[in-house]
Amino acid sequence: MHVEEKFTDATWPAAPETATLEGKNKYLGFWLFLGGETVLFASLFATYLALKDKVPDSGMLLAKDLYEIPLTFAMTMILLTSSLTSVYAMYHMKNNSFQKMQTWLLITVVLGFSFLALEVYEFNHYVHLGHTFTSSAYGSAFYTLVGFHGAHVTFGLMWFLSLMLRNAKRGLSLYNAPKFFVASLYWHFIDVVWVFIFTVVYLMGMVG
Amino acid sequence: MSTYAKKQGFGATLWDFMTTVDHKKIAILYLISGGLFFILGGLEAMFIRIQLAVPDNNFMSAGVFNEMITMHGTTMIFLAAMPILLGIMNAVMPLQIGARDVAFPFLNSLGFWMFFFGGVMLNLSWFLGGAPDAGWTSYASLSIHSQGHGVDFYVLGLQISGFGTLIAGINFLVTIINMRTPGMTYMRMPMFTWTTFVVSALILFAFPPLTVGLTLMLFDRMFGANFFDAAAGGNTIIWEHLFWIFGHPEVYILILPAFGIFSEILATFSRKRLFGYSSMVFATVLIGFLGFMVWAHHMFTVGLGPIANAIFAVATMAIAVPTGIKIFNWIFTMWGGSVRFTVPMLYAVSFIPSFTMGGVTGIMLAAAPADYQYHDSYFVVAHFHYVIVGGVVLGILAGITYYWPKIFGTMLNETLGKFTFWLFLIGFHLTFFIQHFLGLWGMPRRVFTYLPGQGWDISNLVSTIGAMFMAVGVIILLINIIITSVKNVRVGNDPWGDGRTLEWAIPSPPPFYNFKQLPLARGLDAYWIEKMEGKKEMTPAEPLGDIHMPNGSIIPICITFGLFVASFGALYNMDADKPWTIPVIIIGLLITFGSMLIRSIKDDHGFHIHKEDLMDDKDKEVKA
Repeated sequence: MHVEEKFTDATWPAAPETATLEGKNKYLGFWLFLGGETVLFASLFATYLALKDKVPDSGMLLAKDLYEIPLTFAMTMILLTSSLTSVYAMYHMKNNSFQKMQTWLLITVVLGFSFLALEVYEFNHYVHLGHTFTSSAYGSAFYTLVGFHGAHVTFGLMWFLSLMLRNAKRGLSLYNAPKFFVASLYWHFIDVVWVFIFTVVYLMGMVG
Repeated sequence: MSTYAKKQGFGATLWDFMTTVDHKKIAILYLISGGLFFILGGLEAMFIRIQLAVPDNNFMSAGVFNEMITMHGTTMIFLAAMPILLGIMNAVMPLQIGARDVAFPFLNSLGFWMFFFGGVMLNLSWFLGGAPDAGWTSYASLSIHSQGHGVDFYVLGLQISGFGTLIAGINFLVTIINMRTPGMTYMRMPMFTWTTFVVSALILFAFPPLTVGLTLMLFDRMFGANFFDAAAGGNTIIWEHLFWIFGHPEVYILILPAFGIFSEILATFSRKRLFGYSSMVFATVLIGFLGFMVWAHHMFTVGLGPIANAIFAVATMAIAVPTGIKIFNWIFTMWGGSVRFTVPMLYAVSFIPSFTMGGVTGIMLAAAPADYQYHDSYFVVAHFHYVIVGGVVLGILAGITYYWPKIFGTMLNETLGKFTFWLFLIGFHLTFFIQHFLGLWGMPRRVFTYLPGQGWDISNLVSTIGAMFMAVGVIILLINIIITSVKNVRVGNDPWGDGRTLEWAIPSPPPFYNFKQLPLARGLDAYWIEKMEGKKEMTPAEPLGDIHMPNGSIIPICITFGLFVASFGALYNMDADKPWTIPVIIIGLLITFGSMLIRSIKDDHGFHIHKEDLMDDKDKEVKA
């Protein structure tokens, strides 16, 4: 199958992301990459747990004094919803409905940006309370773990946006379908990592 | 046939290699740069041995000695052994599975350039205020307090080259899973491909912890974080864990490809199928798995407690079982075969006892209570040089000699090769055997000199003389390479005469599309099967058709160059007198992400070689 071939709804393959060898390779390679990313975040989680509440003097704020569950719960819901909307986008990609896919991707991106805005607000809030990247080992570990996730979200948003703009005028093909698909895989991965951050950092932070 | 005609001249060749995505050319790039770093690391080793040859020596200062040992270890592991092995994998693995290239040719090029720029970055430290001096393990308690920017070069250089290795690992995994030729089932893959497969999985899971460790170190040293600063609540043991969670699998990343190379060589020159192929596969996978379970045996003296030490001691000893399976399988492969002692075979035969000795001291070190005695003594130095030099370096020398005709189309001189072999083997045992005893007699590692009269003088001199032997051996190898390249006597498909696997069924060096028609693999040692039935070529698995090939690209160098620039910004960020660091970081990252964006939005469909052009291939070869 040639990558630039034009398709009708009837000829569009059921799994356009793996219809070509390039697509198959991308699909598998990206899953493997996510395996490596899992180990990366596992290392960051381990570091965070080892350094949680490790501060130089007893007057400094600890996890239970800092975190606000309502805010982070809202962030969690926003990101989980964005994962769902990216699923809708991929559903429409598999049905060759390009415009519907773009719309759902746009909703995903908007949700992603709202998450990011809340995270910036959260970090800013903590910095004003004296909990900074350089104030303690706990601060370094917190901002590194959560910040790595935030950087992943930012990269994912840039990725979605550039794919949407690049292909806005030409629609779907077997060349760009795998690109959309792996971007959405990446987005799901980011979401899963956040579920762990919400649990390990914020919820466990409240119980000591 | 003008379409694929290549421009001539040095500039055109240089541009070709800078933009190439062909796995065979990238392999050559890996071999050349890895070879240069190997010579650099070897010179550092010679300087270390000269300093230690006699007591109270003042050939170099203690500070320079620390830089020398750090750079020797780091260079040899990250910039010599691994790239050379990646080079051999790149050259051979796609041919062994009957593929036209790797799964991601662009990423293959990116991976190489990342390793290369990372290596250059690390070595620039010699000229920019001093090399890293906290040992190749760079324990945080030392490196956090290291003056100057040496450790910063270590952190950033390894970070960049580590990305490159990770990319290569993913690439090989996908290639092996998705791109095997028809008939090439997993249990028909040559042993070297199997080890490449397992090693790539190890790279995938072992490098991210190193990335994290280096990032924490980077944040601590360059951006004021407190991960390893006990006064601010930090903990230096985190570095040791992260480093060894990477570091122990790393030694298997080095040794397993060597195992694969020796498995190919022993079967070829015994003219027998590899004994116990399926148990070899099983042992390789098991070693890869257990390799992740044993990292804390480097940390027995940290004080993790008797339970942790006992668990890690037992897990470590368990690795001896699959390794022993391999040793016996190699011996049984030779048993009853008609053995030809070519240079690669000499390396393979001498590897078995040499490596086994390293394995035996490994079991001694795995006994946690005894390790308190051996720890940080020359016994440890002797042990890891027995496995790394006696295993990996012998494997590299064997592999280079064995695959030289397939990569370059010429045959290295056998007589000179035997000189190199004997000098290197004798020199190796002379250098490192005595170091076991030096360690047991109390000589600690990483000391820049020692007092006379402790019983160490003659042993150290013997060790230094041994190192000279190895150096002469390597010099003869270089002469051999030059003579061979100048003579330029071309060889045919199967120059060793007993090739068993697919790479020997095609010309040396292969055409850039490797296989005109994908071959049908009818069993293990697919080419040998055809030869035994009197055929000269593989049976094709597909009719002659157009071949899709990727385009070359300069973007990998641009992406890497951006990281290189940004690193210099990060490096000097903590210096109060340098306000330009943040802009430099931003410019560098813009170059990197900008290049990535261009790669993403610019369509690259590659090109097709047409069927008609492939048909007159035979005539062209006659003319050329």
